[in-house]
Amino acid sequence: MSDPTTTSTGPRGGLADPAARKALMAGVEAAPGAPKPDPILTVDKITRVFGGVTAVDVDHLEVQRGVITALIGPNGAGKTTFFNLITGFDRPTSARSGASWRFDGRDLGRTSASSVANAGMVRTFQLTKSLNRMTVMDNMMLGARRQTGERLWGAMFAPLWSSQEKAIVEKAEHLLERFKLLEKKDDFAGGLSGGQKKLLEMARALMTDPTMIMLDEPMAGVNPALTQSLLGHIQSLRDDGMTVLFVEHDMHVVRHISDWVVVMAEGRVVAEGAADTVMSDPAVIDAYLGAHHDTDLGDDALLEDAAIAELEAEVEAETSEREGEQA
Amino acid sequence: MDQFLNILGSGLEEAFAPATAGLVIAVIGLNLHFGFTGLLNFGQAGFMLLGAYGFAISIIEGLPMLLAVLVGLGLAIVFALILGAPTLKLRGDYLAIVTISAAEILRYVGRLNQLEDFTGGSQGLFGKDYNKPFVDASFLGDGRFTLSPFNYRDIADGALWVRLLGLAVAIALIVLVVRVGRGIKTGNGPALAGRPRLTLVLGILASLVALFFTFPVTYDATGIDGWWARLVGWTLVAIALLVTWLLVRSPWGRVLKGVREDEDAMRSLGKNVFLLKMQALVLGGMLGALGGMVYVISSSVQADSLGRSVTFFAYTALLLGGAAAIFGPVLGTCIFFAGRLLIRELSAAYLPDSIMSDQQSQQFSFIVVGIALMLLVIFRPQGILGDKRELRFNV
Repeated sequence: MSDPTTTSTGPRGGLADPAARKALMAGVEAAPGAPKPDPILTVDKITRVFGGVTAVDVDHLEVQRGVITALIGPNGAGKTTFFNLITGFDRPTSARSGASWRFDGRDLGRTSASSVANAGMVRTFQLTKSLNRMTVMDNMMLGARRQTGERLWGAMFAPLWSSQEKAIVEKAEHLLERFKLLEKKDDFAGGLSGGQKKLLEMARALMTDPTMIMLDEPMAGVNPALTQSLLGHIQSLRDDGMTVLFVEHDMHVVRHISDWVVVMAEGRVVAEGAADTVMSDPAVIDAYLGAHHDTDLGDDALLEDAAIAELEAEVEAETSEREGEQA
Repeated sequence: MDQFLNILGSGLEEAFAPATAGLVIAVIGLNLHFGFTGLLNFGQAGFMLLGAYGFAISIIEGLPMLLAVLVGLGLAIVFALILGAPTLKLRGDYLAIVTISAAEILRYVGRLNQLEDFTGGSQGLFGKDYNKPFVDASFLGDGRFTLSPFNYRDIADGALWVRLLGLAVAIALIVLVVRVGRGIKTGNGPALAGRPRLTLVLGILASLVALFFTFPVTYDATGIDGWWARLVGWTLVAIALLVTWLLVRSPWGRVLKGVREDEDAMRSLGKNVFLLKMQALVLGGMLGALGGMVYVISSSVQADSLGRSVTFFAYTALLLGGAAAIFGPVLGTCIFFAGRLLIRELSAAYLPDSIMSDQQSQQFSFIVVGIALMLLVIFRPQGILGDKRELRFNV
């Protein structure tokens, strides 16, 4: 499916330029399940049913490599469930009837959460999962992949892993510096503020050297000043060549940084498109505001002309009565 | 006064008895489960019983001792795999339920009449049937030995004041050790001439010397309840401590703590949580089995002596010493056993029978232990050696 011309021009370096991204995504049809020039993630026929409720029912979705894709939708649209499914934290109900998703050329339909992460797709959580009773540094170092010292048999002999450990510490310090957490490195993660925990979780995810990072509501509960720097970080990840898929409620954020927006409602992908066009898509307005968003939800009978005239007469009578008393 | 000092002496003896060493090893295993990985294993006594049966029965059936130890450890590995495979993917409470029931099943199976030829039924296996190879392996020779060879009896014909002086020195040294230890932890203790850790180690050694000077103990060098059993037991404790320390400071130990904090976060970082929990369960279980073997070496293998209560003693000792602290199990278990004995003996000696009979003082010691555990959990949840910071955050 990938188009050799775009791959050879290098989606890595070239996509740091906004115009290049715009040109790339302009060629994509703004319709649910539209094919992308170079999809890193392709999802097919994935459904998840909880009891009688279908939480996710996505027929086809492709995520373009090297850009920021936002996944939006009203509460209960199935965004987080969709995240859980493709990262291996949940199994699709349709597992035996054709559900499949491919990431970077690998079939991930049957793998556990840890192998998904090892394949290069790492996620964060809506409710931050910092390891509270460990230091910030230990949190970071857990992110590094393929550590010799994490195998039981080598673990007892420090010379086997100490040089690797040193390299990991350096990398972690570098990342902590970038996320302005370096001076906190020996503090327990539980002592950080909510926003700092979000930063730590993102930095820790980056320790795994992912090719694609999936952020579940990265801005929830973060103050506006920190939001700005988080946005900057996310954009710089993209400029480094990473693919970003994130769930967000804040439309300003979505409009500001995403190159492509996927809208979910009631478990389905209802619209796709560039941020500025997708907001005016009737399906999106429908999903967010309901089909009758321009009708008043109050008692319509009050707004009839006869009723209004009656009220006005009542008010007039009262005021004239009061004026009479004062005189 | 002499009686009081003798009771204190018996408390010290209890603290380093072979059975205590056995329980220390089992508690080290439990620390690996509960303290570092967060696995709620309520069947550590089952692992101990399995190790003890495997060891004793193998020797009775004619296997060499080393092979018998391997049989005991192998049984623990199999037991851990059977318990872990269905439960480690579920929430922690399931492991607790499964382990406590499995340990009880083992105990009842051990008591079965039908297996009497094998396990000795409820009577159990007598020490003399299986500890001969262990005693024969001793290189300490015959005769008796007193620790310390130089003691209060050598000064002024063992006058009372010498003993009291020795006790006072011992207490002073222990206070010093505690203060230095606290200073190391908080970083602002009494001014320590540059090398606090060295002072700490020397202080501990000196207080042990002072204790054994005041309360010398005499045993057979080799017999089944002699110095040989103590030497082997505490050497194994030292090895178990070394192995846990090496493991816990490694990246493997870091993942272990990460699993304790949040399994899903570990999964999202690509760690194989199931494998890691299984490794911890197996390792801790093997330590439990080893502890069981040491526990029975100078007594007998009897299913009821390794029942639920031993698991709960192990938890009490662990919480007392401090979970997730390397030396917590050692300190906790010694204090727990010595303390229980002291309460029992002192109340038997000094409370008149009209208030408390000897049998009641035994029960009284359990009541005090229970209350102490409650107070501990309320007022010092991190135990003696634990890190308070590790308990500040709700998880």
